Amino acid sequence: MSDQKQSTRDGFGVGLLELAASNPKVVGLCADLTESTRMQGFADKYPERFIQVGVAEQNMVGVAAGLALAGKIPFAASYAAFQPANSWGVIRTSVTYSNLNVKLVSSHAGLATGPDGATHQSLEDVSLMRVLPKMTVIVPADFEEARKAVHAAAAHKGPVYLQVSRSITDPITKVDSPFQIGKSSRLLEGDDITFISSGPIIANVLAAASKLVEIGIRARVINMATIKPLDVAVIREALFQTKMIITVEDQQRIGGLGSAVCEVAACIATEKTVHRVGVDDTFGESGSPDDLFKKYHLDAESIFTKTHELLAKVS
Amino acid sequence: MLAPHATHHLQNIAASIRKDTILMLQKAGSGHTAGALGMTDVFSALYFVLLNHRPDEPNWPGRDYVFLSSGHINPVLYATLSEAGYFDKQELSTLRQINSRLQGHPHLGSLPGIESTSGPLGQGLSQAAGLALGLKMDGEPNRVYCLMSDAEQQEGQVWEAYMLIAKYRLNNLTIFIDRNNIQIGGKTEDVMPLESLSAKLKNFGLRVSEIDGHNFEEIIDAAKEAQSFKEGATVIICNTTSGKGVSFMENKFEWHGKVPDESQTRKAIEEIDIKLREIQSE
Repeated sequence: MSDQKQSTRDGFGVGLLELAASNPKVVGLCADLTESTRMQGFADKYPERFIQVGVAEQNMVGVAAGLALAGKIPFAASYAAFQPANSWGVIRTSVTYSNLNVKLVSSHAGLATGPDGATHQSLEDVSLMRVLPKMTVIVPADFEEARKAVHAAAAHKGPVYLQVSRSITDPITKVDSPFQIGKSSRLLEGDDITFISSGPIIANVLAAASKLVEIGIRARVINMATIKPLDVAVIREALFQTKMIITVEDQQRIGGLGSAVCEVAACIATEKTVHRVGVDDTFGESGSPDDLFKKYHLDAESIFTKTHELLAKVS
Repeated sequence: MLAPHATHHLQNIAASIRKDTILMLQKAGSGHTAGALGMTDVFSALYFVLLNHRPDEPNWPGRDYVFLSSGHINPVLYATLSEAGYFDKQELSTLRQINSRLQGHPHLGSLPGIESTSGPLGQGLSQAAGLALGLKMDGEPNRVYCLMSDAEQQEGQVWEAYMLIAKYRLNNLTIFIDRNNIQIGGKTEDVMPLESLSAKLKNFGLRVSEIDGHNFEEIIDAAKEAQSFKEGATVIICNTTSGKGVSFMENKFEWHGKVPDESQTRKAIEEIDIKLREIQSE
């Protein structure tokens, strides 16, 4: 199943079906994006456990909170540009302050959303979610990891934000690689520099790392699938063992994974630096994801060139 | 028909809750007085007649749930909970102070008897609807009560929730709206008109009844009718007087977000005692 090119939203859909089969407490809510968030399979198979709330993201979060109070494990799905953007205050007060067992699943994050344009390319959701106390933030890299993250989210008691994407990538993780909230994984060994990334954009990071090998630079690639809580030990290790850390994310450079890594690095006494690759404080636009990644310097070529430049400055 | 002794009993309770509310707000030095006093009679009827609950076992699975969505009037909730025996009355004087379980706005988990977190207006109804939906899925008999302010109806999320409540025919949910016609910046009809509220709610597919929110018999009858209505949820619009029971606070929006000083507190408490004696000697 995981040998094929698939998206993280597909992984969510499959994971939810698996979970629902074994756990009757699981319920699903959707704000009229059932097919494109991949909740349709669940809705078809478990109509009595599916709540269609209509185009009403604030209400959806509140209803999910109430269902959690009734002992359910609600998964509420929408697009990242609407959830959390339209419902952040409700998530804050109704879910995280009460520490309720609500799972928010938001699809279509980042420039990977493509032709829909800037309105629908959420570049801020990781930032908005990781600032909330009690919130766990997961950005899986591929189909398999998203599927596993659904099970991990359900097993974790408390609010979880799961960001998924419509990006279709080759498998990045392995079927048998374990997924644990708060634990990163090493996708590529290397001691020259460290890439820390999350989400399907890692495919571009791995491609850039391959090109770097050709010019004699061995990059370590860390898949930081959980952005909160962050795998601090791995960041510390990378700072001491490699020349620099470069974070790469399909999100704003301000506030997301890169900022989270910098917050850790700033408290560790080293002369090493962290460079953040992401969208640079601007909105996106319509286009194919590949064209957008190129224009906004998130494609493999740009990551390679940037790394090359940065290394030239330190050596 | 409520027996005279039952009415007297509720009047005594309401007077006690009003006095506690005023005392705790004066001690706290900040908070919302008018709405709390206006909803005291509804709270008294709820906790001392209508609810299935066990104050000594706050998490009893068979209990009915009360969600105060307009969290700013929570002094009346705290005073009612302590009157009912959820915690010691002495603790009321810690309202809004450091390390107190009595937070400025209700917080789930801080105090026994608090069922939901609220403060930012418009969020309680969605949560109440979700809980009612979850209870119905499991065939549980518990009832959910959601208490809202009138100005809170200006929040869009509330109408999203009404649509869902009608769609899923949540007949285990009863909604009280405190129709006191004031909000922090003036009269509701000046700030953002709500009328015709009843017609709007009916058009959203809800059963609506309108009552005098200070008449125990009307409160109890309306709530019991809502319980026996099986087709869906009922909204009970409670016409109330903000600041009820204290003449210099009644119907004055200036008292929405203000607390009494020491001499105003003394006057208010005297007045509540005198009025109680008057109505009970009639």
